[in-house]
Amino acid sequence: MTTPDVQRAIDAVWRIESAKVVAGVARLVRDVGLAEELAHDALVSALEHWPADGVPDNPGAWLMTAAKRRALDWLRQAALHARKQQELGADADARGDHLVPDIADAVADAQGDVIGDDLLRLIFTACHPVLSAEARIALTLKLLGGLSTEEIARAFLVPEPTLAQRIVRAKRTLGEARVPFEVPAADALPERLASVLEVVYAIFNEGYTATRGDDWMRPALMQDALRLGRMLSELARDNSEVHGLLALMELHASRAAARTDAQGRPVLLTQQDRTRWDRLLIRRGLAALERAAALAAAARQPLGPYALQAAIAACHARAASAADTDWPGIVALYDALAQAMPSPVVQLNRAVAVGMAFGPEAALEIVDALQDVAALREYQWLPSVRADLLAKLGRHDEARAELMRAAELARNARERELLLERARGAAPGAMPPGGPAPGPPRAR
Amino acid sequence: MRFMIIVKATRESEQGVMPGKELIAAMADYHEQLAKAGALLDASGLQPSANGWRVRYDGNKRRVVDGPFAETKELIAGYTIIQTRTREEALEWSRRFPSPAIDGGACEIEVRQIFELDDFGDSAAAARFRDLGVLART
Repeated sequence: MTTPDVQRAIDAVWRIESAKVVAGVARLVRDVGLAEELAHDALVSALEHWPADGVPDNPGAWLMTAAKRRALDWLRQAALHARKQQELGADADARGDHLVPDIADAVADAQGDVIGDDLLRLIFTACHPVLSAEARIALTLKLLGGLSTEEIARAFLVPEPTLAQRIVRAKRTLGEARVPFEVPAADALPERLASVLEVVYAIFNEGYTATRGDDWMRPALMQDALRLGRMLSELARDNSEVHGLLALMELHASRAAARTDAQGRPVLLTQQDRTRWDRLLIRRGLAALERAAALAAAARQPLGPYALQAAIAACHARAASAADTDWPGIVALYDALAQAMPSPVVQLNRAVAVGMAFGPEAALEIVDALQDVAALREYQWLPSVRADLLAKLGRHDEARAELMRAAELARNARERELLLERARGAAPGAMPPGGPAPGPPRAR
Repeated sequence: MRFMIIVKATRESEQGVMPGKELIAAMADYHEQLAKAGALLDASGLQPSANGWRVRYDGNKRRVVDGPFAETKELIAGYTIIQTRTREEALEWSRRFPSPAIDGGACEIEVRQIFELDDFGDSAAAARFRDLGVLART
């Protein structure tokens, strides 16, 4: 291998292995920032040795061993300081830790699911509620997504130094808050898991709403979120909502190629070319939904908000054409979602489904009642949906007025143009493009 | 980016010889690693060509030809589809694929990138990305 080849190979190995290495070291040193530094030292060592010695047969194990060796060195050094020795001793006694783990543990770790446990600890730590939402996203993509600071900065349209500082501050906050490197206890788990799922879904939506002309790093965020979701579904196999979120993301992603036309304008769900829907992702999404449903049933729990939203997406995915859509089924699912996740946006989406299933009058009643809701006052899809229902009832002048109102509320030029086009009668409309994404569910 | 890892047939796989416990375990471990990394999309084994058939085209004519087929080394015995951010990542994963040879002898896998729907259309910017080989799928 030439040196550039080795460089690229090391880069690929790092993307695949870095999360595991950081997680494994973090378990030893109990500090995520320090763990990342020590893991990075192992990478530097690889960059020094592999061009000459060749890429090892098991590069992941090489990096893990090198990083853990540095971690043990660090722990021994720390133990030499009298003050540190006391702290570590007290903490270690309190936790019942061994102060200096055996190197043989590295071998044992490869069996069992110690690595999986460490990765779970790392995910929960990176998504800790003490951090701001944007800090959690940045830290998760850095430590678990294998992305570089530069890549994350480009994806979120911030300068690299800003993103780098965000990550530095996040690690410092975790250290100052003395956030333990652990999987949360059972009573805290639902809330903490909700935080993790929220982070992954936020990354997904950032990629999903990226528009044509954006840096290609932005839509690639969808793939990063899918990857995190898939990882999580393996690490936390028994959790229904983990599979529910994965199902929702796979199904949304399955439509990505059909959502915009050649000019980059959004295409309404009912008008999308379904031959452009990715059947592999649909199959994966439906399988994940089945797992979510089976787990919920086994626990005698109702489907959670992510699984319900996935079930709605699945209704669309199963319909060979828009005309085949099971709208009454979708209404029933929205009924359940409104219970699990009371939100005016959910009510609005439900109204659209009611309109398709039971006719525009029934839907208009619901939408009229939503007009006074404060949260929807600046929401452009409310007048947009109302306009569509009015048009179906032959009340075209009122419909046009609502579309002009919606255009005023539009958040970008493309949306405004689409709404104005509809006002001019140039384009039919059934519902907002792909349905607005409801906010992340709040943990109960 | 999506890649298909194509497992080529061997004399044993064509004869329907089942892989031994170690190979099955090695394959299961590998696919589990892929799944845990969030990189696995799909995987399947294909039955021997004796159970399959070909359709041969010659102008307007078509002819069905039953297996088995002779050129074992060119036959496909299975596939695994992975999703990675870069080509190099796919290369690294493919390096780790366990040898599919049931008898531990010589065999090979082939890896091909999957075409993806170009939803970026024909814009000049997309063309430049395409030239750089970095057009990502949304």
